[in-house]
Amino acid sequence: MEVTITLNGTECTHDVEPRTLLVYYIREAAGLKGTNIGCDTTSCGACTVLLDGRSVKSCTVLAAQAEGRTVTTIEGLAEADGTMHPVQRAFQEHHGLQCGYCTPGMVMAIVSMLAERGDHVLTEADVRLGLEGNLCRCTGYHNIVEAALAAARAPELRL
Amino acid sequence: MSILGNRVLRREDPKLLTTGGTYVGDLDLPSALSLTFVRATIAHGRILGVDSKDAKRAPGVVGVFTCDDMGLAPMPPSMAFLNQAMARPLLASGVVRYVGEAVVAVVAESAAAATDAAELVVIDYEPLAVVVDPLEALKDETLLFPEVGTNNCFELQFGHDDRFFEGCDVVVRQRIINQRVAPCPLETRAAAALLEGDGRLLFYSSTQSAHGVRDTLASSLDLAKESIHVITPDVGGGFGAKATVYPEDVVTAWCARRLGRPIVWSETRSESMLGLGHGRAQVQDVEIGGTRDGRILAYRIDVVQDAGAYPAIGAMLPFMTRTMATGVYDIARAEFNSTSVVTNTVPTVAYRGAGRPEAAAAIERAMDCYAAEIAMDPGELRRKNLIAADVFPYTTPTGTEYDSGNYVPALDLALEMAGYPKLRADQQARRRAGGSRQLGIGLSSYVEITNGVPEGEYGAVEILPNGKAIVRTGTSPHGQGHHTSWAMLVADQLGIAMEDIEVIHGDTDLVPRGVGTFGSRSLQIGGAAVNQAAIEVVDKARALAADLLEADVADIVLDKPGATFHVAGTPSISRGWAELAQASLERAGEPLMAEVDLPTAGATFPFGTHVAVVEVDTETGQVRLVSHVAVDDAGRILNPLLAEGQVHGGIAQGAAQALVEEFSYDAAGNPLTGNFADYSIISAAELPSFDAAFTETPTPRNALGAKGIGESGTIGSTPAVQNAVVDALSHLGVRHVDMATTPERVWLAIQAARADAGNGTKSRKGAA
Ligand code: FES
Ligand code: FES
Repeated sequence: MEVTITLNGTECTHDVEPRTLLVYYIREAAGLKGTNIGCDTTSCGACTVLLDGRSVKSCTVLAAQAEGRTVTTIEGLAEADGTMHPVQRAFQEHHGLQCGYCTPGMVMAIVSMLAERGDHVLTEADVRLGLEGNLCRCTGYHNIVEAALAAARAPELRL
Repeated sequence: MSILGNRVLRREDPKLLTTGGTYVGDLDLPSALSLTFVRATIAHGRILGVDSKDAKRAPGVVGVFTCDDMGLAPMPPSMAFLNQAMARPLLASGVVRYVGEAVVAVVAESAAAATDAAELVVIDYEPLAVVVDPLEALKDETLLFPEVGTNNCFELQFGHDDRFFEGCDVVVRQRIINQRVAPCPLETRAAAALLEGDGRLLFYSSTQSAHGVRDTLASSLDLAKESIHVITPDVGGGFGAKATVYPEDVVTAWCARRLGRPIVWSETRSESMLGLGHGRAQVQDVEIGGTRDGRILAYRIDVVQDAGAYPAIGAMLPFMTRTMATGVYDIARAEFNSTSVVTNTVPTVAYRGAGRPEAAAAIERAMDCYAAEIAMDPGELRRKNLIAADVFPYTTPTGTEYDSGNYVPALDLALEMAGYPKLRADQQARRRAGGSRQLGIGLSSYVEITNGVPEGEYGAVEILPNGKAIVRTGTSPHGQGHHTSWAMLVADQLGIAMEDIEVIHGDTDLVPRGVGTFGSRSLQIGGAAVNQAAIEVVDKARALAADLLEADVADIVLDKPGATFHVAGTPSISRGWAELAQASLERAGEPLMAEVDLPTAGATFPFGTHVAVVEVDTETGQVRLVSHVAVDDAGRILNPLLAEGQVHGGIAQGAAQALVEEFSYDAAGNPLTGNFADYSIISAAELPSFDAAFTETPTPRNALGAKGIGESGTIGSTPAVQNAVVDALSHLGVRHVDMATTPERVWLAIQAARADAGNGTKSRKGAA
């Protein structure tokens, strides 16, 4: 079946099997390999992307469910001139990544968390709870949480 | 001013953050076939038949292979002292010995086709008796290798004196289970293989040692090393478990040669939980004896190590446990005995610490049992027995020579950072109030060994005619940030800007030799080799500059901020790196380059003290880690940002073992925790932020003064957290809770202590 998705701002159409998961649509049909797969039980969050601006685990969504919608992956986050998104910058400044495998999913989950916070001032506890579904084996989460809290204070992301 | 010691941001990050890394599964290999495996579904059984007719006919299938089809010799245990008769076939041959063992290889045009076809393979088994518990395996009643006649694959004996505890006022004994855990790098195992135009094998591997993979493939496939080219693209974590070459790697390479097409193998998480080796898995009996006033006189530890179905690195972990048995304490007498046994479980391998966390956990638990017995504060007991700073190098009773150490300041700093007296006061207040939420404070003073199986490392620095530098290293980073750290070292020696220094690793064609990244060895030996190469390239450049400037070489100085050489006193006439690199090519016909095979002057011994605070709900058994202070001493710190990152990650994995993670089996050898839904891998929500600091006691064993930092966090944190859990319950009479300290275990320990108190007996009291 044909599935059309606006992927990182560009509309694309691919012919995939109905059972194709969004993560395979992104990785294989569209060839964007930044989004990773870390498990087969919806537990790790390595595959997290934004679907219409909100984070989803792309291994639990069928590509067909994204028909006509917008998907943003790690590749679509920086500006066209390469300027990194405040969350990406905060990850580098706070050493929020080591092997980098969880990173695309973590970053997307945090981008979504920051977008959804409204007027709420995020606490460390909020961030930790919010990231419960995103596993990292390298960083012990400490610097990821720091990065998220730093990004939350970034002026560009203030509403 | 030197860049060393600064919080330099990682140059690896922009790519990882904007496009993601390039891991094996991300490679674009046109016309590649997918390889998958049919795995054993029973823990022990004779293979009566394999029916792959339907699989072979399935759409897209290109090949279905069994061990017999491959005709390759089994892989013997990698270390000669392990029982060599227990060799591991590349695919199960005749018998399967654990659930998850690969039996049949299926190759198809796509991953989905391979998976579908694998389900059509029917394997007929005759079940055999299963042994899961290493203590049962010790009895040799159920044998994994009947022809060998025993399950024992490795044994260490170091004393057994009946009068060992003579002169001790107090002797405390404890059985401790250091449970089996799964390493869980977030990227599972993966490999890709193809034949290059010249017939050489190109092999992409998610590994901690590119050269190790090359050498093992060469011996397993009976090929010359030169005919194999191994590349490690980005690697999504390893933690020791990817320092091993697995049978699936060899099968991947074999299929590429057999079928003449690129092969990709990338396992699922559920496969990985049974395919990647496990860690820890020791049963320990510790006995500690000393005086009533807290002076340790004798320490004994007996270990049964679960090696899993085929002896691998896990089988030799007791060797490292013995090496570090007495920890940071000045103990006159020590005994250590161990037996490693095979069981019908996933083979055990190295996992972050590999034998040393087990040593630290044993003695740190023993210390707290002893402290409880003589009613002494655990901090005071530790301080009283720490090896004094003025006796290094210090040789332990098990024969290990510690290079350098200054243990008391690390203990003092950790207690100060934790606010220890206030914590104890809070604990007393809670106990008096009698609520269900009790506070526990756990200490762990540890010392560990890095580059523990001491080996040298390769490093090279080459200056290009444009004045930029290329660094080649034999280390194999997979998250540690060597591209940043090695560039810092070279920038500091050469004066060339970091952005003009490229680091190359993990390609056996571009880096001629290498050992890899494991055992926290990289900086102290790999970094030191790169540093030495940089020093030597400066010497070569100085000689060239002397020639060009017609001066005596002794008068030539390197102006690092300007990255130029000149005669002392006349900075206006100088030669830069580009000119010198060109001069080298023109005059000597060779690049300006220095290559170093740095031999090791021996292992180094990082140390520190961790203090964990937990809150335990005595009604439900629920444990929450409230805070964790880590004071680590890894000698001189090159980049505190990266060193802290290593400590944080280590603490999380160590706390995970103490609190939640445990790989378990039922009695029939069925894994109960074979995926991420069932295995309680620790998340951000279960952890606090950490409070990490360093003291710096340089080692004399390398020019950087650096010790390893990769595993300290794990080694220090595990016993601190476990001790905190027991400490929270000590007023109820609880003296020990095994890891993982799950609500059930904690609750049962409380019930048992209450029952003992009711009977008027004291719980698990050691005899004097
Ligand atoms: S791959 Fe989607 S949650 Fe793990
Ligand atoms: S950085 Fe390696 S898993 Fe998070």
